Amino acid sequence: MTDTTLPREEREATLKGVGCARRRTEDARFIQGKGNYVDDVKLPGMLFGDFVRSPYAHARVKSIDASAAKALPGVKAVLTAADLKPLGLHYMPTLAGDVQAVLADEKVLYQNQEVAFVVAEDRYVAADAVELITVEYEELPVLVDPFKAMDERAPLLRDDIKDKMDGSHGKRRHHNHIFTWEVGDKAGTDDVFAKAAVTIKELISYQRVHPSPLETCSCVASMDKIRGELTVWGTFQAPHVIRTVASILSGIPEHKVRIIAPDIGGGFGNKVGAYPGYICAVVASIVLGVPVKWVEDRMENLSTTSFARDYHMTCELAATNEGKLLGLRAHVLADHGAFDACADPTKYPAGFFSICTGSYDIPVAHLTVDGVYTNKAPGGVAYRCSFRVTEAAYMIERAMDILAQKLGMDPADLRMKNFIQPEQFPYRSALGWEYDSGNYPAALTKAMEAVGYRALREEQARNREAFARGETRELMGIGVAFFTEIVGAGPTKNCDILGIGMFDSAEIRVHPTGAVIARMGTKSQGQGHETTYAQIIATELGIDADLITVEEGDTSTAPYGLGTYGSRSTPVAGAATAVAARKIRAKAQMIAAHLLEVADNDLEWDVDRFRVKGLPEKFKTMKEIAWAAYNVPPPNMEPGLEATSYYDPPNMTYPFGAYICVMDIDVDTGSSKVRRFYALDDCGTRINPMIIEGQVHGGLTEGFGIAMGQEIAYDPLGNVMGASFLDFFLPTAVETPVWETDWTVTPSPHHPIGAKGVGESPNVGSVPCFSNAVNDAFAPFGIGHIQMPHDAWRVWKAAEKAGLHG
Amino acid sequence: MATRTVSLTVNGKPVSAEVEDRTLLIHFLREHLNITGPHVGCDTSHCGACTVDLDGRSVKSCTLFAVQADGGEVLTIEGMAAPDGTLHALQEGFSAMHGLQCGFCTPGMITRAYRLLKENPNPTDEEIRFGISGNLCRCTGYQNIVKAIRYAADKLNSPTLQEAAE
Amino acid sequence: MIPGSYDYHRPASLAEAVAMLADLGEDARVLAGGHSLIPMMKLRLAQPTALVDVARLPELKGMRVEGGELVIGATTTQQELAASEELAARCPILREAALLIADPQVRSCGTVGGNVANGDPGNDLPALMQCLDAIYVALGPGGERRLKARDFYRGAYVTALEPGEILTQIRIPEPPAGHGWAYEKLKRKVGDYATAAAAVVLTRDGATITAAAVALTNLADTPLFAQAAGDALVGTAGDEAAAARAAEAAKSLMNPAGDGRGPADYRASVGAVMVRRAIARALTRAA
Repeated sequence: MTDTTLPREEREATLKGVGCARRRTEDARFIQGKGNYVDDVKLPGMLFGDFVRSPYAHARVKSIDASAAKALPGVKAVLTAADLKPLGLHYMPTLAGDVQAVLADEKVLYQNQEVAFVVAEDRYVAADAVELITVEYEELPVLVDPFKAMDERAPLLRDDIKDKMDGSHGKRRHHNHIFTWEVGDKAGTDDVFAKAAVTIKELISYQRVHPSPLETCSCVASMDKIRGELTVWGTFQAPHVIRTVASILSGIPEHKVRIIAPDIGGGFGNKVGAYPGYICAVVASIVLGVPVKWVEDRMENLSTTSFARDYHMTCELAATNEGKLLGLRAHVLADHGAFDACADPTKYPAGFFSICTGSYDIPVAHLTVDGVYTNKAPGGVAYRCSFRVTEAAYMIERAMDILAQKLGMDPADLRMKNFIQPEQFPYRSALGWEYDSGNYPAALTKAMEAVGYRALREEQARNREAFARGETRELMGIGVAFFTEIVGAGPTKNCDILGIGMFDSAEIRVHPTGAVIARMGTKSQGQGHETTYAQIIATELGIDADLITVEEGDTSTAPYGLGTYGSRSTPVAGAATAVAARKIRAKAQMIAAHLLEVADNDLEWDVDRFRVKGLPEKFKTMKEIAWAAYNVPPPNMEPGLEATSYYDPPNMTYPFGAYICVMDIDVDTGSSKVRRFYALDDCGTRINPMIIEGQVHGGLTEGFGIAMGQEIAYDPLGNVMGASFLDFFLPTAVETPVWETDWTVTPSPHHPIGAKGVGESPNVGSVPCFSNAVNDAFAPFGIGHIQMPHDAWRVWKAAEKAGLHG
Repeated sequence: MATRTVSLTVNGKPVSAEVEDRTLLIHFLREHLNITGPHVGCDTSHCGACTVDLDGRSVKSCTLFAVQADGGEVLTIEGMAAPDGTLHALQEGFSAMHGLQCGFCTPGMITRAYRLLKENPNPTDEEIRFGISGNLCRCTGYQNIVKAIRYAADKLNSPTLQEAAE
Repeated sequence: MIPGSYDYHRPASLAEAVAMLADLGEDARVLAGGHSLIPMMKLRLAQPTALVDVARLPELKGMRVEGGELVIGATTTQQELAASEELAARCPILREAALLIADPQVRSCGTVGGNVANGDPGNDLPALMQCLDAIYVALGPGGERRLKARDFYRGAYVTALEPGEILTQIRIPEPPAGHGWAYEKLKRKVGDYATAAAAVVLTRDGATITAAAVALTNLADTPLFAQAAGDALVGTAGDEAAAARAAEAAKSLMNPAGDGRGPADYRASVGAVMVRRAIARALTRAA
């Protein structure tokens, strides 16, 4: 039975709780091909939907002739805007307070925009039917340059809101203007800049990219007319939000709508919002009374279901001659494409971009962001970042290097000199965030020592001399990035999605024999929640993690949550998990006291049991307590052992990290090779080191792709380029560098277990690190900031500009 | 639409179905046979999520018609474990080394690694990376996948296993 | 993602394949590995009405050495080509280039015949074959023809093959023992077509190059056999100056497309770099 002789450490190890590199429970089904992804869902009578899409970036839709398609055997329906209008569904609300066309109504606004939805017996017939639909277009002038969007003569894009100059975020000053967002102290900042000894100003662009998870967006919508119930399986990072939106849009009451996010093959922000494919599948199912599946192909994914970044940031820093930062001033031009479908908390049309003061103690700052419409895909989403944090970190980390170069200072030294110091936490930034905790100098010092930073700089000096002598055609670049990011959205007082506060939830139930089921309001797409939430519960309740089942994603069973993105699961739902577990433990203590016939506070908790203080041989394990909870509970106490927590976080969390990269660049081809990449991350308490390491590897690899060649570009006619894996740069195992990971631990003081979240840090920190390395390689030649992506031809052009080709 | 009968052995079992000439092998597996381990991840034959083993070769089943594979032998992820349920060394390795996160690339990746280790039982890390260069992963950054394949190679090459095989 | 309908045919012999193609007409295509054709069909950029599957025809398989020629059956896969120890010993540039094509799965299906015959300017083997002065053997309703690789390519997807002809063999004159060789390919990532690539095969006597052939991939709408570049090396030691002259001569033929790999001026410039590097590497391998 119970073994009282096992020492504490052994009992802890058996639990596989917080801190343990616990193997994943999810793995069993995936390694045997038994995952259940949306396209695996098959229902009797299920039909398949596919889109007719516009070849033009901007055009009036004159006519749609679907007669040949409808006559094709196996075709069941063709939907156009005319069919959706009577239902009020030809437009849908976006998360950013705009509307987006579900099917083009009178005009198309970006290449590949949805124009008609074919529903057929299978995907082969549907594809044939798409080819048979004839659409007549009248082309209109195209706008793809965001810098020209607000010109006086710029074409009008949004006919549908042309008379609505009061936007969701304030007055619109031009028909292509969406919002202006402003924060900080303009007068104080302008004053500092007017007087500063040293200033820098640079336009730093972060190109349009796409999260591109390996599984594309998809859904199966199934309307049961007899029960009046709508069930939708889908690639949803936020299933409950989708349920609420689906209910509001369809008119079906929310208790009759069930959203199921089964296994999801990667999200990275692509699968947060709603897309026309989901709406059309739902409508088709309601109209036809059978399930309808929609699965987008890769080109549709890359060119229509969201995009990320496309931020053009003019950054200014003011400093003393010795390199002490005095102020930051920035203006951002945000290209949102045809509809502002940005996935942000409502009050933040530019997300948390105001984290752009970064890791530095900058006394005063001012920021404005202007969002504009163009003839491009709508969005943008937070691609493996908290909202716009990747953009902000890229801007400040590039700007710091640019300032270092102007001052003739080493970039690491400039950062060290300006860090927020440990004693300054909690730190209120000039743009209004309260950073919870950090020890930046220790992290950067550790990173620099680990890579032998000073020796690398000496080696670089020798490389530059050798290059000047013509002994080598390779340039060595060293990239430093120190990021602080803001994740874990967030406190309901300032964070909401469509009016729903950004709390999150956990519901935990202990069974009579001591096993557990727990459900959360988040939704993993590979982050391992089934494994890691169980670890939190294991530590809190003293129950072996292998006896804990974690479920997410079914809105009929999971408590309401805002989903997984912006690294919010651990900070918010992880907190809810700990809080719910502690409620259970509090009740367990009372039960134990009753069983042991002592007062509650005569007991102390010891890993997996309550012991009587001073009488350690008198104890009750959680397993014994669980049985008792269902057996004969104490008087005046309900049976059962469960609790729910809806956790409203008091603040965001602020993970940080120090990344250093060494690159060798072949100036005659522009090819770059990453010689070494060292990433130190501080995410507070580390729940599962193996999973953290995997998250970091994955994020660094995504950042590598972004920095070194990834781009969704448009030509002047609005033709989208790079919308297939032929051109969209996703590194294979051959290009991907070997990653070195390390850490420090600075817990979050306000989080129940001190954890901050880590999934997105590597994308945030790596991109500026790579970009700084490339720019650093060319620093001696004075050619100025080199824009991303750093694909070979652009690096070669930089070498050309530097006169290195002789 | 005209159809023809295609017969294959899939994971050791003979199967037969009526397909169109244009039915891609991936759809034959996923839709007609309900073998949903291999996945579709792209439209341009890059990602490798659809990789299966056909007559001793790793192939991208999205780039073959089912009729081309007529009479052939196909192995998918579902056929990797032994009949008694014992996992293949690769399946073990992927879990032990955390070589998967969302799991979407995993069936294709393991199936490719299976053939890679048959062709090259003791590959270097560089050879492993080159060997899986037709399989994209968005989650892991490949590093733990390389470790997983190395784990499997070591296990498959270990004396005890070879002795047992003899 | 979904191809259009077509009729599939599998002939039992080469003669039957030729007859089938003649019967089925112009919109019928040969299917070997299908790894250029099927992706195009999935995008509906190619819409053949019929496919004649030649992948299993024994007459098109196999590799052998015959009277000073390396004879490669048209449906030899890239994987088989790269795995051939005999060919690697006699003409190692074949293995080097084959391993730079696409990825392992594509190489297990894609054929040498398909790679040289479909006229895609991005394919790697055409330039190689021009460098090696290979002969393509084609069989059609009118009988067999032998076509020089150096005269085979007319434009993007336009070759000297007549309608109804099937490529059956590639015949390569075996390069002399001790020859130098290199295929230098710059690409964005593994599996990509060349941003620019150069094939160089040369022989020397002592320090002096006595014969040299240079050919280029993806720097025009056909592969480019740079006769003058090879000539510029003959009689020299292949030193930097000679290599630079060869690269300049090659560059004058280039007319690359600007695309995701870079603008035309970049591609021509790195094309010249590939020529110089291929020459240097070929010399390290020459006896």
